[in-house]
Formats: sequence, structure tokens, C-alpha cells
Amino acid sequence: MPYSGSEEIVKELRRSLCNPNVQADRLRCRNVVLRVIRYMSQGLDVSGLFMEMVKAGATLDIVQKKLVYLYMCTYAALKPNLALLAINTLRKDCTDPNPMVRGLALRSMCSFRMPGISEYIQQPVLNGLRDKASYVRRAAVLGCAKMQTLQGDTEIDGAVVNELYAMLRDPDPIVMVNCLRALEEILKHEGGVVINKPIAHHLLNRMKDLDHWGQSEVLAYLVRYKTRTEDEVFTILNVLDGFLKSSQPNVVMATTKLFLLLSEDFPHVQIDILERVKGPLLAICTSECHELCFLGLCHAREILRSSPGHFSGHYKKFFCMYSEPNYIKYQKMEILRELVNDENVQQILEELQTYCTDVSVELAQMAILNIGRIARTYSERCLVILKGLLGLKQEHITSAVIQTFHDLVWLCPQCTANVCQALPGCEENIQDSEGKQALIWLLGMHGEQVPNAPYILEEFVDSVKMETSAAVKMELITAMVRLFLSRPAECQDVLGRLLYYVIEEELDMAVRDRGLLYYRLLQQGIEEVKRVVCGPKSDPSLDVISGQANEAVSAWSKGFNTLIPIYGREQWDRLTAQKGDSLEILQGSAVKANEIDTKPEQREEMSRDSGSVSLLTSAHLSPEQFEERWTLLEAAKVVTVDWHKDSCPDAIQTAFQFVHIQLVAISRAGVQPWKAYLFAKNETGSLFLIELLTVKGKRDMQITVKQANSNEQLLNNFIAIVKSVIQTLGETKG
Amino acid sequence: MISQLFIVSARGDHLIYKDLRGEESKDVVDIFYQKVRSLPRDQAPVVMHHQGLQFIHIRQDTLYLVATTRCNVSPFTVVQFLVRLVSLIKDHCGTLNEKTLQLNFALVYELLDEMLDYGYIQTTSSDILKNFIQTVPETSKQFNLFELSNIGLFGADTQQSKVAPSIAASRPVFAMRTEEGLKTEIFVDVIERLTVVIGANGSLMRADVQGEVRMKCFLPSSTEIRMGLNEEFSIGKADIRGYAAAVKVDECSFHQSVNLDEFESDRILRVVPPQGELTVMQYSLSDDLPVSLPFRLFPTVDKDTDSNRLMVYLKLRCDLSPKSQALNVTVHLPVPKGTTSLSQELSSPDQRAELDSVTRSVHWTIPRFHGGSQLSALFKLEVPGLSASSLLELGPVCMQFELPMSTCSGLQVRFLRVSSTHPPLPHRWVRYVTHSDSYVIRL
Repeated sequence: MPYSGSEEIVKELRRSLCNPNVQADRLRCRNVVLRVIRYMSQGLDVSGLFMEMVKAGATLDIVQKKLVYLYMCTYAALKPNLALLAINTLRKDCTDPNPMVRGLALRSMCSFRMPGISEYIQQPVLNGLRDKASYVRRAAVLGCAKMQTLQGDTEIDGAVVNELYAMLRDPDPIVMVNCLRALEEILKHEGGVVINKPIAHHLLNRMKDLDHWGQSEVLAYLVRYKTRTEDEVFTILNVLDGFLKSSQPNVVMATTKLFLLLSEDFPHVQIDILERVKGPLLAICTSECHELCFLGLCHAREILRSSPGHFSGHYKKFFCMYSEPNYIKYQKMEILRELVNDENVQQILEELQTYCTDVSVELAQMAILNIGRIARTYSERCLVILKGLLGLKQEHITSAVIQTFHDLVWLCPQCTANVCQALPGCEENIQDSEGKQALIWLLGMHGEQVPNAPYILEEFVDSVKMETSAAVKMELITAMVRLFLSRPAECQDVLGRLLYYVIEEELDMAVRDRGLLYYRLLQQGIEEVKRVVCGPKSDPSLDVISGQANEAVSAWSKGFNTLIPIYGREQWDRLTAQKGDSLEILQGSAVKANEIDTKPEQREEMSRDSGSVSLLTSAHLSPEQFEERWTLLEAAKVVTVDWHKDSCPDAIQTAFQFVHIQLVAISRAGVQPWKAYLFAKNETGSLFLIELLTVKGKRDMQITVKQANSNEQLLNNFIAIVKSVIQTLGETKG
Repeated sequence: MISQLFIVSARGDHLIYKDLRGEESKDVVDIFYQKVRSLPRDQAPVVMHHQGLQFIHIRQDTLYLVATTRCNVSPFTVVQFLVRLVSLIKDHCGTLNEKTLQLNFALVYELLDEMLDYGYIQTTSSDILKNFIQTVPETSKQFNLFELSNIGLFGADTQQSKVAPSIAASRPVFAMRTEEGLKTEIFVDVIERLTVVIGANGSLMRADVQGEVRMKCFLPSSTEIRMGLNEEFSIGKADIRGYAAAVKVDECSFHQSVNLDEFESDRILRVVPPQGELTVMQYSLSDDLPVSLPFRLFPTVDKDTDSNRLMVYLKLRCDLSPKSQALNVTVHLPVPKGTTSLSQELSSPDQRAELDSVTRSVHWTIPRFHGGSQLSALFKLEVPGLSASSLLELGPVCMQFELPMSTCSGLQVRFLRVSSTHPPLPHRWVRYVTHSDSYVIRL
């Protein structure tokens, strides 16, 4: 049957639906309707049967009625004219004595997505709100939201909103939750439903009547409630305490989020909350359902951002299981990496080591990278494991290990000698370009510690014609030049051959340019090459930046129990930026940028000027120190400039920072008299203190500059900078 | 809020599709399917996105249940809802697979219609839903040998009838509306999942038990059930009661409908279960198990570099009590890459061993393993280019098995009383089973 054309099927079904014999027989009729729905859900277009289906809907058989309504909801938007015919039946059903029929009809009618329907459904919906059956009220409340969406951007009906707010006191818990949802949609443009004190307290009292879906949703609405006093915060925490240990993950998570946000001002309470939620969260992370387990792990990682050792005692719970899908294993490995401490490092490394030989290439490589991350703290132990893995002589493992080494020597220079011993022999087992790049970089950078480094690189140079990746070739040129500097005798010939090949025969322009660049550089003499090529060989300070310090709980608590922890903050921002609202953000930032950057020539001028005064980019002075100096020093110069508008603190700060003048304190916009204090230091160590002052009524700004060691010319230059900044600001804002 | 909800089979067939808010087109089903297909099996992350539309899915055997949304929703709520949907479909149709969905799609639509309105979850309680669901489930009855064996010779009651019929698990709960004469039954399953890591030196590195007490109820609603657990059951580090071997669990949580009034004093749970499946309680314990581990492995590995041959001799001992047994035991032994062939010597003909080149491992299957016995196997592996480090690739050994009628925690249901006023006393079944979640032995 599915192979015949859809038209045939529609024709055949229509014949059956119109057949009086079928219409008379309830069961046969229902079967035909069932077949229509079956084709519909398989993706066949059966909208042509709308007329017949409307007729079939006028029946006493409630199953058939439901099926027909399902059909109508799907196709109403396609056949608005015919759908109007169905409205009468539906409106009649809305007054049926059976509440189930009333609710069903109301819900279906509101789900017709076609223009002009709202005038027909308005009255039934309003009647439904006052129905005595809660089933009907539930449908009616959401019907209000549907109506609002259908009407688009027309005005919000205040009466309906008030009614819905009143219905928050409805005895049926689902009606109450539906009211919140409906209000949220209707008032979308005004910031959603308002949770004031009486409503919040009412919701708190009703919590126990709700099922766990309702509970988690109400908890999410309560996040919006702004508590007034400390007592109130603790009352709420007490009332909801039991929900933190609920057996439903969604309630646990929603409660945690609410608690963390409520106790934002009490860090010790937050720590206590995280401690108490540990058990339930671990239960989610070891849940039988892989999907829940994954979500739990993502959220556990958020908590680790603030308290890295949070689950250290339970590290065994994060060991991977044989049957788990890879996406869970990745999360667990990342968590294990965070949990490492002196006591468990041995066990965790042993565990990670067993993943390194996993049959899944990605998993094995991920395990190796994670061992590499642990190596930043426990380098000895990890290097033993990593070097052992090289013995397996497998391409994907060797490549991952070498990439790990590449990162490691950059961050932990003390490992270099150890790593260099392991490098010879690896070149035979590396095929992918990332691995090759890492190996070539290591050989170039630390070639003096690897006895046969020139000969390994020579092999790469000999096979450079076969190399497809441009990145590898470029890395090879750089590495050869570096190695040439430390071991000229062994490398001269090879480097010559490489440069010849690259310049004469290479087709990739980027590679060729790189070759020419080094060729010309080499012509400048060896000292010049050394100055350019030999940068620092490691940067341990980078580790401090990448290995994150403990973040505040507030950095992630707002995104808790949403999709953000699953994607990660950055990726989520990128995702949401792709959507429409990104335009606003972009425009916003563009406007901001314009405020300061309208005149490029002036900006250049400013920076050039500041160059002559040579202000330090990162000077530091605490407000107390500033105040002390300010009172000690005499005003060196006082000037006034034209200024006739409100001051925008942000713009002023950004503008001054641009010329390396730092802000100490500033009044809020609109305050009279408006003041700002700034300072700057130059290379020779002289210090400038500045006060900006505008007084109400006067159309100018008074600039007072104080200087620590007086130098007339410097002072004049400096004042010129300050004036130009303020003038630029004034013009652009006008 | 959920924008659309659909169920796709692993082959890409659209089984169920419900557009709840009319915001998206139906094409997203195919977009989702392409996304899943582009990844290796089992690897599709729970949350995926396409042009700002989020797909949240769970996988149930060969089916994908997917919800889409554009809001930054609570992922827990959505996943739990999908999980609940699965169990409700199972309650109503008996099982959940492609076949039952095709037979009962009208019922599923009806369910969805009552559960979700405009993308908001209304109710998922089976007690409420059963009043609204009118469609009668259709079950595909299969010929089942197990059922035949239950009848016994000449209709006589045999020993086997004391075993809970496994067919009950796939029977719709709400069939009673039509078939009045159906048995009233209640099943209580104590299911434990065992996670163990044994180190290379035979020391126990990790042992975790995740347990739950599940109830499948075919009784009329509002029947109260009293279930007694071991009297010496204790939670956390609380004091041990009595002198008998204590049953200790670290964490324990109960379903919100469980009445715990008598729990503190007598360890009795009082439940008024809705029809269908209900997880009464979940518990976990870790590290010190009251019983010894079910399996011990004693491996010997010989390496012959000259002939490139690796000899692995595995001695496996089952430390269960002699009365019980383990079923469907599978031992996975990862072998070095490039292993070309396997020859084996097994101790009995019903065992099998084969080399799986995809997972690069030897699978040794033992259908039945009696407590207190010991089995051994010798695997000769041909590994061209065998080197010292190849041994690193051998292991860790993973085991999968099922231990019927035993629990690792020692939790037992002492009694199960049904406060039924109707004369035919319902059949009550209590079953215990321990599954291996992950049983890893390092070499």
C-alpha cells in the first residue's frame, strides 16, 4: 500500500468515508479514520479529506472524535475555509455535558492555527475559564495563551490577564501552573509573569500539592522573586529544604538553582547547599538512564568550576563503565581530571590508562589528552605512562601522546629533558598532520636535546613532496630554521634543500611565502635570525590562565538547570548569537564602538600623543593611595573645556583607558556636581592625578591635574591628551 | 516548553509526530535523523541543535524519542518526560517497539494529547490518564515456548508455575476494561546493578551497587500494599540493629507516594500503587559489600615472540552459593591490535568463544554457571608483530552476567500484604535479580 501514489490512497479513503454503509457502522468508520491518521503521521498529505473528516467528527464515539480533532489541528492551517465549517461542531461540543468532551473541544479549537479564528474561540475560552470542571479550566487557561499568539501583536487584553492572575488561587494545581505559563506567554514582551510577595508566598504554600513537573516549573518562576530581607531568604530555604533531596532529578536541579540564587550574598550557605546536593547529584550521575546521567555530569562540571575538589572523595563514581556511550565517557574523563589530588592521583591515572587502549580511537586520544592535563601537576607519574604508551607503536596513540608533549613542554619546562628522550622513533608511527606538526615543532624547538633530531627532520624534508598538509610544511620550515640555529653543521644542507624545494617547486602560496620569508631573513645575518626566531621556549604562566582559578558560584548559577552547562558557556553564546536577537547585540556593540571611534584620525592622534608622554598600560593605584596623594599634592594646572551634556561614565572610562589613563572613582550619570578621578603613570615613573568636575548650570568641565614630580613639558603634553579625549567625547555624543 | 515531539526508528521511519505549537516545520524530523546518522551508533549526544532549534532525545533500543524546543529549557524535565512517556507507552501497550507503535499509534497520540498541551506538561500520572484514554491497546501476541512449558503435563501444577511468568512484563496494564476475568497480580522486582573494578593484583578497587525496588501492579487502584524489608536494614552510617547480618545502604530515596510511618520502627513501606510500573525505592551502596564478589578471575599470559603467539589462560571462579547460578555470562577480553586468529580450548561444549574484529576482543559466552564451580579457557592468539608492549593492550576483562534470585546488598522483601477486600487474593510475585552494570577485571 505505501508504494501506490498518495492520490490513489486519498481517493480510496474518500470513497470509504463517503460510503453510507461505513458511516453507519461505528467500528468500520473508526477504522477508516484510523487509516487516515496513520498516513498522516507517516508524512502523507491527506489534507484533501478535510471535508469528509469534519463530517466524521460529528459522532458520539469519543475515540473517533479525538482522532478527527487531531487531524483537524494538523491541517486547519492549510484549509482555513473548511476549518470554519468545523467550528460549529466544536462550539457545540464546548457545551457538552461531559467535561471530557468540553475540554477536548476547547483544546482542539484553540490549537487551530489559522488567522481569524480568534473571534470564534474567544467566547468559549472565557466560558471555559469559569467552568466547574478543572479539566476544562486547564485547557481554557492555555487557550488564552494560544489566542494571544494567534492574534500576534495586538493589544493584550487586561481583563484576561487579571482573570488569570486571580486564577492562580484555583484549587486545581495544574490550573495554577497553567496560569503561570499562560501569563508568561501573554506578557512575554513585558518581561513575563510578575512574581510579587503574595504570589510567591502563595506558590510556596502550594508546592506540596503539585506533581514534580509542576514543582520544578514553579521553582523556576520563583527564581524571579526578589527577596527583601535576610529572614525571608532563610524562610524560603527552610520551606523548600525537602525538595533538595527529592527523588526527581528535575526538582533537585530546580531547587538547587533557586537556592544558589537566593543565597547569593551568603557564600557559606552556598557551600552548604552544594554539599547537601552532592548525594542526589551523584545519584543522577550514576542513573540507569544514560541521558539523565549525561545531563547530571554536565551539571556536576559546573559545580566543579567553583569548588574543584567537590567530588574528590567520590572519584570512583566517575569511572567509565563498559557499556556507556562515548559522550558520557568524555564527560567522566574531564571530571576525573578535575578531581585529581595527592591521594587519588594513582588510582585515577591507572583508570585513565586503561582507556588509552580502547578500541575507539577518539576515546583513546581523549584519555591521553586528559593524562596530559594531569601531567601539568603530576608530571613524573604521567610521563611514565605516556612514554609507556609510545611503546604500543600505534598511530593514533603516538600522535595523541606527541600532541600532549607539545602542550606540556610549553607549560612545564621542567619536563623537557624527559620528553626529549622519548621522541626518537616516534616519527615512524605518526601519520596524521596534527601529530606530525607537534613532533616537528618539538624537534625544532628542543632539537639540541635530541641527538638525532636533524636526521628525523631530514626524513620529513625528503618526503616533503608527498606531504599534503600545508600546515605541516610550514611547521617544517620553521623547525628547520630553528634547528639550524642550534646545530648549524648538521642542518645547513637539509635546510638548503628544503628552502630550494619550497621556493622553486611548491604550489601552495602560503608555504612558498613562508619559505621566502625565512630565506630573506637568513640573508640578514645570523644574529637577526636569532633575534626573530628564538622566542621563549616555554611559558609556565599560561597554565595559571588555562587552569582556571575557582570561579564564583554566581558565574554559572544563572545557567544552572538549562541547556547552557551542556553546551558550555562560549558555545551557547555562539549558538544564541546565530539567532535573530544577535543582530541587536551586534548593533548595540557597534553603537558603543562608534561612540568612541567615530574619528579614526583623532584616535590615532590621541595614541600618538600619549606615545610621546609614554603612559604605562597597566599602572595600579588603589583609591586610598590616590586620596592620600591627592591631598598631599598641589594642583599643577587647572583648565576648563566646553562640555554641555550628560556624562556617561562607561564611555568616559573606555575612552580614557584607550589612552592608558585609569579611572579611580566616578559619580553616576546625572548627579550634580558631577566628579571623576583618574590617574596615569608614565615610563619614567611620574604620576598624574586628574579631577574632572562639572557643576550644574555651567556649560563647561573643569580639569584639575596634579603631578608628582613636576615637569612642565610633560604636564602640557599630558593635559593636551586629556583635553583631546574630552573634546572627542563631547563631539561624538552631540 | 516543548515545540514538537516525535519518534523515529533507527531506519528513519516516522512513527509518531506531534506538532504542539505550530512553530516549526515537519522537516526537522529528517534533519534530526541525518544528524544522528552522521555519528557512529550510540554516540549522538543527548542535546543537539540546528539553526537555534534544540533537539533533546533519548534512545530506547532502536527508537529515538525526540523533543524540540527553542527555549532554554530545563533539560532534566524534558528527558524525564521522555523517559516517563516510554514507561507509559509500555504500561498501555505492553512493550515499546516499532511494531507496537504502528499498531497503537492512535493510543499514543491520545496519550500525548492528554499529557501535553501547547508544549506544557499537564499530567503523567497513570491514575489520571487512564480516565481519559479510550483507545484499546492492540497487542501482537507471539508464540511463546516459555508459556507452554508453564502449563505442565496434563494441566498438572508443576514446580515451574511458581516462577513468575515472564510474559507479564509485556502485558498492557489497562487491559482490564475489556477483559474482566484477568488475573489480579502484583510484581515486586528487586533489581540491583553491580559495578566492580578489580585491580591487576586482585584487590577490589571499586564496588558499587545501584538498586531499586520496582513494582508492577495489575490490581484495582487504591489498594494499599504493605511491604516489609529486612528488619536490620540501615541507611547511612546509622547504628546496626540486632545481631543478624545487617543490610546497609549509603543512600536511599523513596517515591513520594510511599508512606514511611512504619519504616523507622518496623521497616515497613506502605504504598498505594497506581496501576502500572512504579519505582518504590532506590538505593545505593559502595565499597564494602556484605557478600563476596560473584566472580574471580585468575589469568595467566604466556608470550611466544618467536612464533608470534599469545597464550591466555583464564580460570574463572563463581563464588555464589552452590544453590544459585549465574546466567548469560559473557567475558570480553580485548586483544592486541592486529590479532589474526584465535584457537580455543573450553571446558564444556555449551560454551562458545569467538574473536570480534570490530571491538578487537574475544567474547567468551557461558550460558549457565553454577555457584562454587570453576571454569577455565585457553585462548591461543596469533598476533603478527608481537612485541613486549602488546601485552599492554590485553585487557581489561569486562564481564556481563545476570544473577537471578540474588541481591548483592542482601535486601529482601520479608512480606507483601495486600489489603484487598475482594475475595480472590491477588497473585503476588517477588523477584530478585542482579545485573552487571560494569564488571571490570584488570590484567
